[in-house]
Amino acid sequence: MSDSQVSPAPERAVPPPGEPLVVLDGVNKRFGALHVLRDIDLTVARGEVVAVIGPSGSGKSTLCRTINRLETIDSGAITVDGRPLPEEGRELARLRAEVGMVFQSFNLFAHKTVLENVTLGQIKVRRTPREKAERTARALLDRVGVGGQADKYPAQLSGGQQQRVAIARALAMEPKVMLFDEPTSALDPEMVNEVLEVMRQLARDGMTMIVVTHEMGFARSAAHRVVFMADGRIVEQAPPARFFGSPRSERAKDFLSKVLHH
Amino acid sequence: MHVPLDLLDDLDLFRRGFFGTVLLTAVSAALSLALGALVAACRVCPVPPVRLVGTVWTALLRNTPVTLLFLVAVFAAARIVGVGHFALAVGALGCHTSAFVGEALCRGVGSVPLGQAEAARSLGMTSWQALRLVVLPQVGRAAVAPIGGLLAALTRNSAIAGAFGVTELFAQQRRLSAIGHDVLGVFVWIAVAYLLLAFVISESFRLLERRLAVAG
Ligand SMILES: Nc1ncnc2c1ncn2[C@@H]1O[C@H](COP(=O)(O)OP(=O)(O)OP(=O)(O)O)[C@@H](O)[C@H]1O
Ligand SMILES: [Mg+2]
Repeated sequence: MSDSQVSPAPERAVPPPGEPLVVLDGVNKRFGALHVLRDIDLTVARGEVVAVIGPSGSGKSTLCRTINRLETIDSGAITVDGRPLPEEGRELARLRAEVGMVFQSFNLFAHKTVLENVTLGQIKVRRTPREKAERTARALLDRVGVGGQADKYPAQLSGGQQQRVAIARALAMEPKVMLFDEPTSALDPEMVNEVLEVMRQLARDGMTMIVVTHEMGFARSAAHRVVFMADGRIVEQAPPARFFGSPRSERAKDFLSKVLHH
Repeated sequence: MHVPLDLLDDLDLFRRGFFGTVLLTAVSAALSLALGALVAACRVCPVPPVRLVGTVWTALLRNTPVTLLFLVAVFAAARIVGVGHFALAVGALGCHTSAFVGEALCRGVGSVPLGQAEAARSLGMTSWQALRLVVLPQVGRAAVAPIGGLLAALTRNSAIAGAFGVTELFAQQRRLSAIGHDVLGVFVWIAVAYLLLAFVISESFRLLERRLAVAG
């Protein structure tokens, strides 16, 4: 087979809109014998929206989780806003507060109301006075369209509403960058759009976002850059129009032919 | 049926037994909760030897009849001077119940999805904050109903202590019968007393559960 399938040269993508905010440099990660991330180099600029796509098991979630160190790395370096990720402890906790994360399964705190979900981090981590935290929380809940649900518990909300609360919860920490790991994959189809719309708005407002997604429409319309992963490597990266219009690697062509016409 | 009201004449004996049971249950319950929490902590500890201690403790005590524990305790008492029967009864009941409390708490821990702690940490909480503010309250909520049941069972098990010389309800039954009360009548009253205790315990746990579970 052609060389391009074995090791296509990762190409340099669009010049990023601003200075580097998240930088991964030669990152490797193994789970036992399984080499999940292989020499990952990735620079995400301030204000940039990066969509990470690729087949199941290619390491997208792991990549996402290494950036706020929910997953440790074996070699290489990761910096956020110029600072290397600290070891586990208070320093790391502080950094995590600056990196918002939205999970596939929402992970709202089941024993707290919607409002408490959005105030808890502000009060306990940022030491924001309760009243101010609640004002911020209500404003954010309004912004994601669930202002009327503030006093309910997560279990009383639809999946789409829960995920929008989770976004508000992450935003409440005023993060520098937001990580999304398949935020719409656990949703019923009719709720996907309400969540994507919130994310589009966030992108328009200039938030730096790294979004692992299977929503090709979102990647195409909202991302500045598409990063395609396979077998733990970044195989190809390009602006969405280029990537979807004329993918260069065999892996990407193969993947796109499967997800675009199924 | 003949209602054995004549017990009222020896109410004091009966009352001493009743409070004996309440005290024994309360102290054993406190011990079982403290030990049970420790056992659960051991069993979820990442350090293998510590986990082994928790597992062995649970397996050993869950499968040992309480009566046997009392025998062991009384046998030990013969050697350890200065430990009264009440303390031994508390030890036996507390250790026995702790295995089950530990089990209930472990199940509670298992019922909290890993994502809860991850979400907490991703907000910048320290591991301790994540545990205290997010995980433990949910463990407590899940474990409160089973623990209520365990403490009600503990009340009933406390009757065995009477056979080993602790003044509690069931022991008083023999004394009351011995001084001429109708055996059956005494049993009825004692059964009512146990029922009352079990009811109070299970009701208060149900209330607690409802308060914690508004989250739905
Ligand atoms: N905690 C773990 N322990 C062991 N193996 C793991 C662990 N987490 C992930 N893996 C493995 O690492 C590989 C990459 O997983 P990852 O979740 O990053 O893939 P993904 O690209 O997000 O896939 P998907 O699209 O299915 O979510 C998979 O083979 C997975 O089984
Ligand atoms: Mg994944």
